[in-house]
Amino acid sequence: MNLPAPAPAPKHHVLSVLVENRSGVLARVAGLFARRGYNIYSLAVAPTDDERFSRITVVVDVETAPLEQIVKQLNKLINVIKISELDPRDSVERELMLATVKALPDTRHQVIELVELFDGRVLDVGHDEMTVSLDDHPGRLDDLEELLRPLGIIDLQRTGRVALPKLEHAG
Amino acid sequence: MTTTDGGRALIKALELEGTEVVFGLPGGAILPVYDPIIDSPIRHILVRHEQGAGHMAEGFAHATGRPGVAMVTSGPAATNIVTPLCDAYMDSVPMVVITGQVPSQAIGTDAFQECDTVGITRSVTKHNELVTRAEDIPLVIRQAFHIATTGRPGPVLVDIPKDIVDPKNPASAMEWYWPTDDEVASSLPGYRPTTKGHAKKVREAAQLILAAERPVIYAGGGILKARAAEVLRELAELTGIPVVTTLMARGAFPDDHPLCLGMPGMHGNYTAVTAMQESDLLIALGSRFDDRVTGKVDAFAPGAKVIHVDIDPAELGKVRRPDVPIVGDCRLVITEIVRALRDLSGGDGSADAVAAAQPDRSTWKQTISGWQERFPLVYEPSGPGDLLKPQYVLEELRSRAPEDCIVASGVGQHQMWTSQYWRFNHPYTWINSGGLGTMGFSVPAAIGAKVGRPDRMVWAVDGDGCFQMTAQELVTAATERIPVKVAILNNAYLGMVRQWQEMFYEERYSEVYLSPDLPDYVKWSEAMGCVAMRVESPEEVGPAIDKANEIDDRPVVLEFRTDAAEKVFPMVPAGLSNSDIVVDPSQGGGAR
Ligand SMILES: Cc1ncc(C[n+]2csc(CCOP(=O)(O)OP(=O)(O)O)c2C)c(N)n1
Ligand SMILES: [Mg+2]
Repeated sequence: MNLPAPAPAPKHHVLSVLVENRSGVLARVAGLFARRGYNIYSLAVAPTDDERFSRITVVVDVETAPLEQIVKQLNKLINVIKISELDPRDSVERELMLATVKALPDTRHQVIELVELFDGRVLDVGHDEMTVSLDDHPGRLDDLEELLRPLGIIDLQRTGRVALPKLEHAG
Repeated sequence: MTTTDGGRALIKALELEGTEVVFGLPGGAILPVYDPIIDSPIRHILVRHEQGAGHMAEGFAHATGRPGVAMVTSGPAATNIVTPLCDAYMDSVPMVVITGQVPSQAIGTDAFQECDTVGITRSVTKHNELVTRAEDIPLVIRQAFHIATTGRPGPVLVDIPKDIVDPKNPASAMEWYWPTDDEVASSLPGYRPTTKGHAKKVREAAQLILAAERPVIYAGGGILKARAAEVLRELAELTGIPVVTTLMARGAFPDDHPLCLGMPGMHGNYTAVTAMQESDLLIALGSRFDDRVTGKVDAFAPGAKVIHVDIDPAELGKVRRPDVPIVGDCRLVITEIVRALRDLSGGDGSADAVAAAQPDRSTWKQTISGWQERFPLVYEPSGPGDLLKPQYVLEELRSRAPEDCIVASGVGQHQMWTSQYWRFNHPYTWINSGGLGTMGFSVPAAIGAKVGRPDRMVWAVDGDGCFQMTAQELVTAATERIPVKVAILNNAYLGMVRQWQEMFYEERYSEVYLSPDLPDYVKWSEAMGCVAMRVESPEEVGPAIDKANEIDDRPVVLEFRTDAAEKVFPMVPAGLSNSDIVVDPSQGGGAR
């Protein structure tokens, strides 16, 4: 099993990259990271409300290269429209996690309690395992993952985060 | 509206973009496009290897400033042109390459001669595109030329499946239309190069220049791309600041100008290297702080503030953090800097007024001329019966060629000697592979240059190793009556590698010997339709060159037997600081 990578420390930055919605664009972005020697920590991509554009949310490991260079190189791609760096303090971030956990009759209630505590959901129940989900701030996902681990994680999948800037509140 | 097909639309689009020449070679997937070429005013030059087509397109672009165009088929032809694409990408050469692709339905099936051209070339092009519909061809071609020639120039590849250009296939049918400039711009929402410099930054740059005591202008290939040689000269003369011209910028500022310090870098001359190293202000114009120029980056020009002007924002701060970064076109920005200098100096804005506003730089000038006197480029002339000195051959080639002669070079020692010993007094007279260092560049690049500038004499200075990589294009030159001239400096070695093995691997020569006689360069060249001569002694050099210069109806090859022991100096050994420059042994070897 692939162990999930550790939680993003401050050396990670979140870039929201608006791109033209056409074939090959994701390969261009991913290829650029590989070629310039930058590491991608996570990446999520989907069309926006405007069908001409997609948004790639990419968490980058800035130990590998200064963020400024990454942004400038990305900007050189013809199909990249706009790049914003999302400061975690000024943005809302969400990520989805699915986990299949050991849940023998005597430990099943522990799993359910934990998941309820986090406002997660039980999606599937087997004889001695259970699949649960949580969509929340990535840090909360880390916490639940930590607490589930001693019970026995059989499979775990996270989507990588998506983010949008926080809105200005009227007072 | 007229009904047409994708193939004819492609040729018409190339014509409307001003294409006069296409370098290429046909094959299955591109076949339908080669039919309408017969009826087009575009000249097609049939190459002998697709790498040749790519380098010819580059040579054409270097010499003319207009985009070079190459067209080849799918699969192996596309992979053969990857090297020129990468070369053009590294040296910012405007080029449009059209590749054939297997029919749309066959893509992804490992069809005959299918390869993922767009995938393979993604990282060596400024942009590439697989066209999927015939009606998109005119727009994609317009985009390709627009992207290749604006902002930081570069190669663009357009991959075209056979079915959409084959008139026998219904998928190729389309209504002709020609997109407007506005349509092209709005079809590229993510592409808006900045050309005009930020006014505040321009002013800051002018202030730094006026305050500097030991300034140097560090001119790069961007000067030539921006057609900024004239304003560069105005800036230098107005301020009296000396200029170094990098390997990509030779000719951007005249070597004969009293302010010209020549080439910096690993094999630059002592004065250019040391003036940068000791300067208090580097005015980097269209240059990119390449590792061959900076040496060890941490030790490069440690006391210098940096003004960095470049059209590519990613170059600013990539290697060295500038004190004043300016994104913009070199010609526009330098013009603005000149204006700001005149404004800030007060008075009437004349050169005298600008001089009066600057510190007294006479000590700096004396220091520089002291270095020039102590460390000129030198070589030991050959003794009787010895092999020729390559530097002597170059001096003779230079002095017997017209002032505006274009010279292209391969990669190796001969390239460095050409850059050092040729006197470049005009922009666009020097063509070489700087960033990628592609052996085999010179013959096809010279052919492309001659096609673009038939009025000019064009010499290729090549190494024996390089010549063997692309010599077959002399058949193209002979067939097409493109009278280029080639000087092979035959030292029977992969000389540059030999030099490193001599200096850094205790003279353990590993796989660098080539033999002076195999191949027989004279017979080989004659077999390819060239006039060819072998030159072995110093008194033959001049007459042979004069004879070659008189021939104007076919290619000429001169083979010079040169001394393999000769090394390129000065040299900054890789990884060392520019302050550790090694000069010619006759000047003391390790300098200072
Ligand atoms: C395609 C390619 N292969 C290998 C090299 C490495 N290389 C750089 S210079 C050189 C020797 C070139 O030999 P030659 O053309 O005879 O020129 P010389 O140095 O002898 O003048 C080699 C092998 C290169 N630059 N390009
Ligand atoms: Mg050689």
